[in-house]
Amino acid sequence: MKDSNFIIELSHISKSFGDKQVLDDVSLFVKKGEFVTILGPSGCGKTTLLRILAGFGTADEGEIRIDGKDITSVPPHERPVNTVFQRYALFPHLNVYDNIAFGLKLKKVKDDEIELRVRKALKMVGMTDYEWRDVNSLSGGQQQRVAIARAIVNRPQVLLLDEPLAALDLKMRKDMQMELKDMHKTLGITFVYVTHDQEEALTLSDTIVVMSEGKVQQIGTPTDIYNEPANSFVADFIGESNILNGTMVEDRVVSFMGREWECVDEGFGENAPVDVVIRPEDIYIMAKTDSGMLEGTVQSCIFKGVHYEMTVTTPDGYEIMIQDYNAFEVGQQVSMIIKPSDIHVMHKERTCNTFEATMIDSTHVEFLSTQFVCNEQAGITGGEKVEVEVNFDRIELMDNKEDGMLVGDVRFILYKGDHYHLTVRTFDGDNIYVDTHDVWDDRDIVGVKIMPDDIRIKRV
Amino acid sequence: MKKFFAQAYLWFLLAMLYAPILIIAIFSFTEAKVLGNWTGFSTKLYTSLFSGGVHHSLLSAIENTLIIAIVAAALSTILGSIAAVGIHNLYGRKKAVINTLNNIPMLNPDIITGISLFLLFVSLGITQGYATVILAHITFCTPYVVLCVMPRLQQMNPNIYEAALDLGATPWQALRKVIIPEIKPGMISGFILAFTLSIDDFAVTIFTIGTEGLETLSTYIYADARKGGLTPELRPLSTIIFVTVLILLIVINVRSQRAAKRKEATR
Amino acid sequence: MKQLLRFFLKRSTWSIPYAIFLVGFVVLPLILIFLYAFQDAEGNFTLANFSKFISSPEAANTFVYSIGIAIVTTVLCILLGYPAAYILSNSELCRSKVMVVLFILPMWINILVRTLATVALFDFLRLPLGEGALIFGMVYNFLPFMIYPIYNVMQKMDHSYIEAAQDLGANPMTVFRKVVVPLSMPGVMSGVMMVFMPTISTFAISELLTMNNIKLFGTTIQENINNGMWNYGAALSLIMLVIIFATELFSDGDGDRASNEGGII
Repeated sequence: MKDSNFIIELSHISKSFGDKQVLDDVSLFVKKGEFVTILGPSGCGKTTLLRILAGFGTADEGEIRIDGKDITSVPPHERPVNTVFQRYALFPHLNVYDNIAFGLKLKKVKDDEIELRVRKALKMVGMTDYEWRDVNSLSGGQQQRVAIARAIVNRPQVLLLDEPLAALDLKMRKDMQMELKDMHKTLGITFVYVTHDQEEALTLSDTIVVMSEGKVQQIGTPTDIYNEPANSFVADFIGESNILNGTMVEDRVVSFMGREWECVDEGFGENAPVDVVIRPEDIYIMAKTDSGMLEGTVQSCIFKGVHYEMTVTTPDGYEIMIQDYNAFEVGQQVSMIIKPSDIHVMHKERTCNTFEATMIDSTHVEFLSTQFVCNEQAGITGGEKVEVEVNFDRIELMDNKEDGMLVGDVRFILYKGDHYHLTVRTFDGDNIYVDTHDVWDDRDIVGVKIMPDDIRIKRV
Repeated sequence: MKKFFAQAYLWFLLAMLYAPILIIAIFSFTEAKVLGNWTGFSTKLYTSLFSGGVHHSLLSAIENTLIIAIVAAALSTILGSIAAVGIHNLYGRKKAVINTLNNIPMLNPDIITGISLFLLFVSLGITQGYATVILAHITFCTPYVVLCVMPRLQQMNPNIYEAALDLGATPWQALRKVIIPEIKPGMISGFILAFTLSIDDFAVTIFTIGTEGLETLSTYIYADARKGGLTPELRPLSTIIFVTVLILLIVINVRSQRAAKRKEATR
Repeated sequence: MKQLLRFFLKRSTWSIPYAIFLVGFVVLPLILIFLYAFQDAEGNFTLANFSKFISSPEAANTFVYSIGIAIVTTVLCILLGYPAAYILSNSELCRSKVMVVLFILPMWINILVRTLATVALFDFLRLPLGEGALIFGMVYNFLPFMIYPIYNVMQKMDHSYIEAAQDLGANPMTVFRKVVVPLSMPGVMSGVMMVFMPTISTFAISELLTMNNIKLFGTTIQENINNGMWNYGAALSLIMLVIIFATELFSDGDGDRASNEGGII
């Protein structure tokens, strides 16, 4: 992998703050001149990764190389990178010119050259004639332009941008996106861009790195990421999608929503549980005919500017989202067709919860720092390490956290057509995955209850 | 009517608060040895205060006071500003502990601070003099400097230090070129405050000044007053001190008001 | 080397010099007071310093008398200062901010100069020095320290509470008693701290105001230290510290006080 083509090589980066692991074995290789976007929800570790790249934070493990040189323990002021901060971080006591000239003056560049380069940078960001303005008198967008000029004037090998447009209004954001893209083309330097805005990532990037929970979920071009999401998280985070539980019957045949479908995926084995992703615009909808693959009733229809967004329920009770240029009336019977190539089949990361546990005695087991009653276990003594399995749908969530055996908060919600798949994070940082028909909100605090019958104990 | 009584009450209290100072100020412009006798307007006390000779010890006390105040205020400003930057970047328990320790010198009565430092110096066998007074003054001045600088740091964009490093500044350059300009107003207020506190101090100074004959203004006044008679030159001196403190306080107030206004303007 | 550099790069490192300073010049000296208080001149452990205090009528009487003077001063300061703070914070009664500054100003003048000024005033009015002068001098010295914290709290008080009380049918007297007074209690508490603590610990000013006729506890401590009775002096200091700590617990206003003083400038 250590190809000289790569300007940035991040290998096996891990980082924890206290007990919380924010980066878990992240590796990333960036080609010279690429526009790479690190995309993920807040708290996924993307900003931490960028700060480690800039040198403001240090990784607990792993190696960072820029242009082949190991810079893992090089302080930020000696790294060939420059950063554009989310909240601009312009020096309030300096004017626009002195802000931009700051780095060049430190490098003892000659005054006349500084002037030339500052003017060029200002021209590049469209801020000519603003040299002597007080930075505090500039608008947010203007401040961001100065911040960009301040970074690029140093001609870094890599420009890091930490959600640079997040504080701007929508219109300004769209304009700046285009300008950033142009700037990237003209400058020819590598951009590493951090954002939580998937649309921004799709518009700007050559390569997108999707992150969640401190791990890289998928790396690919915008088209790859959108069309071939690697897992249900990516599918849900990028664009709209229908995500359903399915079973791979055999190569090229998958079963979901109560019937078998032809698809193009192979190599999952027979009867393997899978997630199936179908983009709403890939479902063809028509008035009820005999040639449809699936039937249903329109539940809602909303005009979205260019297309209509409809929810359709099938006779088996699945709810699917469809986007189409034609509107169908609520209550109308419709037929649907899905092309084999539009059915994306993905490995399920897990099919049930697995916890490390310790037997207390033959009817009690401890896991998730909590004691549970379990069915009598013959032949297993107290203190023995075991593995506990609990099915997703056998975990009960309660409003009243005192009613549960332990408490956690809802972190990630996925609608699977006929039920929700939730991730509940305990206060110790463990994840419990739950299938439920009840509606919960992100960050809801819930009590978790598991009945003795649903605890399967396996010897290690 | 209600307002009239309220105003009258305030003026009554102010009269009580300022009467003693005013009397001293008025009688600093007459020559009489005993306060209360008016023997005609004269600025002789002012000229004789600075003429040296008889009052050589008073003049050297003033000099000592100023040297101690300037050195102590300067050192506390440096120590306190660096500390404030450090404390600002601490989290959790460590921050709570150091903040509590920082409060102790402000909460302790001066006599306790004085005696505790006296015991420290004698048990370490340090001869008391200039150095010990300055160290003692730094001890009770620095917490106020930290309090002056801290709000500036809290208002500062947390990324600008990193931005400076990112643009190639060493940590030392980033401190000099970015952080210090940002916290300078707080440092100046802290310096002025430390300076006034140092000039004013009596209780801590008396325990740490030693027996080598070093005198500050406070200890001089104390010794003089204990002898029974008030040196007449103390009247112009008190007047000058009062006016100086008045000016310094007005400067601080105007500065902080201007800062508040600017803050509002940028919002 | 790299490790060292990274250590200095962390700005939290910069708190270390001051932390060391605080330990050396604040914590260690306080521990020394404690150690000296429980030692005799030879450095052996003893409780003699405390039994000496209890058995010596002079020191104990001075102690009780000082607490009495401190309480009288504090009460007088509340009685005089509370209405002043109320008027200053009430925009209908007092619109000028200059007034506030005038009340705070005397806090920043050397306490000896202020005391001498009081002596001068009594001389000028041909009044005798003594207990009366002592109490006047104390109140005069510390009144601003009572007014300022109360003013501060009242000024930040949300006016809508008062309006709400009026709206609910309270007459002005009831509003004052049931709303203004309870809400201003934190200010009174830190005022009490700022007045009680220095009055109980002052020395020098009582001698000047009473021509050496009345001695306060602070003076006793100072005399003992001056006369080389360090251990006894330390024990007396420790007793004073305990009293102050108890007051602080009672008023629970230590944090307030610090922030108030910071807010003066």
